[in-house]
Amino acid sequence: MIDTTLIEIRWHGRGGQGAVTSAELLAKAAINEGKYAHAFPSFGPERRGAPVLAFVRISSQQSIKIRAEITQPDIVVVLDPGLLRIVNVTSGLKTNGMVIINTKKQAEQLRQEFNINHLLVTIDATSIARQILGVPITNTTMVGALIRATGVVKLESLFDPLSHRFGHLAERNIDAMKKAYQETVVKE
Amino acid sequence: MTKRVGIEISQAIGEAVKLANIDVVASYPITPQTHIVEHIAELVADGELDAAYIAVESEHSAMSACLGASAVGARAFTASAGQGLELMHEVLYVASSMRLPVVMAVTNRALSSPLSVWGDHSDAMAVRDTGWIQIFTENGQEVVDNVLCAFRIGEDQRVLLPVMIHLDGFHLSHMIEPIYMPEQSEVDKFIPPYQHPLPLNPDKPITMGAFGPPFIYSETKKAQEVNLTAAKEVILQCWKEFASIFKRYYHPVETYHSEGAKVLLLTMGSFSETAMIAIDTMRKEGKNVGLVKLRLWRPFPFYEIRQAVSHAEVLIVLDRALSFGGPAGPVCSEIKAALYNEDKKPKIISFVGGLGGRDITPDGFGEIIDRGIEISRTGSQQEFEMYGVRG
Repeated sequence: MIDTTLIEIRWHGRGGQGAVTSAELLAKAAINEGKYAHAFPSFGPERRGAPVLAFVRISSQQSIKIRAEITQPDIVVVLDPGLLRIVNVTSGLKTNGMVIINTKKQAEQLRQEFNINHLLVTIDATSIARQILGVPITNTTMVGALIRATGVVKLESLFDPLSHRFGHLAERNIDAMKKAYQETVVKE
Repeated sequence: MTKRVGIEISQAIGEAVKLANIDVVASYPITPQTHIVEHIAELVADGELDAAYIAVESEHSAMSACLGASAVGARAFTASAGQGLELMHEVLYVASSMRLPVVMAVTNRALSSPLSVWGDHSDAMAVRDTGWIQIFTENGQEVVDNVLCAFRIGEDQRVLLPVMIHLDGFHLSHMIEPIYMPEQSEVDKFIPPYQHPLPLNPDKPITMGAFGPPFIYSETKKAQEVNLTAAKEVILQCWKEFASIFKRYYHPVETYHSEGAKVLLLTMGSFSETAMIAIDTMRKEGKNVGLVKLRLWRPFPFYEIRQAVSHAEVLIVLDRALSFGGPAGPVCSEIKAALYNEDKKPKIISFVGGLGGRDITPDGFGEIIDRGIEISRTGSQQEFEMYGVRG
């Protein structure tokens, strides 16, 4: 199982998809639970559409001193299935780590196509986001999937950060997150 | 009760500036600027902070506007970084020599070329001699606390000097982490109102920044030097009082497992925290190593540095900036100068690393320390080594 003293999560997305926002919301939720956490983007002047990274560390034990980018994550979250062809998303992922992918495909198909040997969790986040938000922005949806698959924070802990971040759009984002939470499939 | 919030450090600086109830902020909001002034602009626009936000046409103008504001007795703040800080360079000297306590958060970034917005201390080193009080920070809490302290220190009638709070670009500026935000009532008590003893006032005309011919220029510079050096006592007092209210402690030089350690590593800024992890690991392996962290950069804490390292055999200094063609990294040069006349002093080994946003991991710090120990035994043909560089 994942070592709970320090959980390291790496988000893969494209500029504009909200990977950085996902990381931010998750860290804020963990902090609101009284945990230690931090979140930061891959540093640099990112452009819309370009592959981007965001990072979260969570510890319930001690303050987090390391600030280097995460190269050996416990969990990888992929917001855009198209990235699988151009980025090695499982690079450095711990052997007992988990990868959570937004995809319409079945897990087995992905496993074979991209040679994924880690615990794999799939969710059709784009469809949920289109249906509930009206746009294919999957950041909040993927947070729901992550929480279902890992339990790193409580689902309710996201409500407050989401409300602050999205204002009048918060309710729909919370709905998208909840739907993803319900629909996420975890298979060994 | 203070609140523990998850917040981006740049935004937290905006909140701290709001707590300090500034009157004027002037800024040029384009890269390499950060969310600091963006958040302050929001606070002003939303009516949460009653301050004048002056959107100027360059960083040079940002500092100039802050000077004018400070000279009439307004509390002025700005933020800058990297190339922006370089552009305001000449005005920085004017702030300190006219005794105007502007506070500036500097997000430390590399300098061009090649174009880089990533973090290192090149910009900070280039403004070393501008006469500002300069404090380095390791995490978001330290940034917020020291921004608050900066107003109190700078505006103290015994000081009246501008203050820079340095925070590492990205590794701090773009990090969301838990920070205890003080209450407004506590801050109001901690920072008294700013009163310049001789402000610009049309009813009582004075001249600031007049000509200083040879018969007086040296005397003004001596006064400035005496003033900045003497500011250290006020800084110490401020940190002491801060600790009594907020229970967080700051010192010009801070140490981590340095007591009795034969080998010491010296760092500045956010890399200190990562280095602490390396020190923990090496001590578990039975290595007698410790860490010294330089917080107060100007005025330089000679006494505290000598105290902190005198017992060590080897002192390894990591700089995040280069002094091209120079004797060592810029921080290391100063450490060497501070210790040269001491009878008992460690061998000093200079490393430069973490340039332009290059991470140094805990293992990387382990390598630096091991290599430093090796050089201390074998000697080296080089004045300093660059860590982790190809070619």
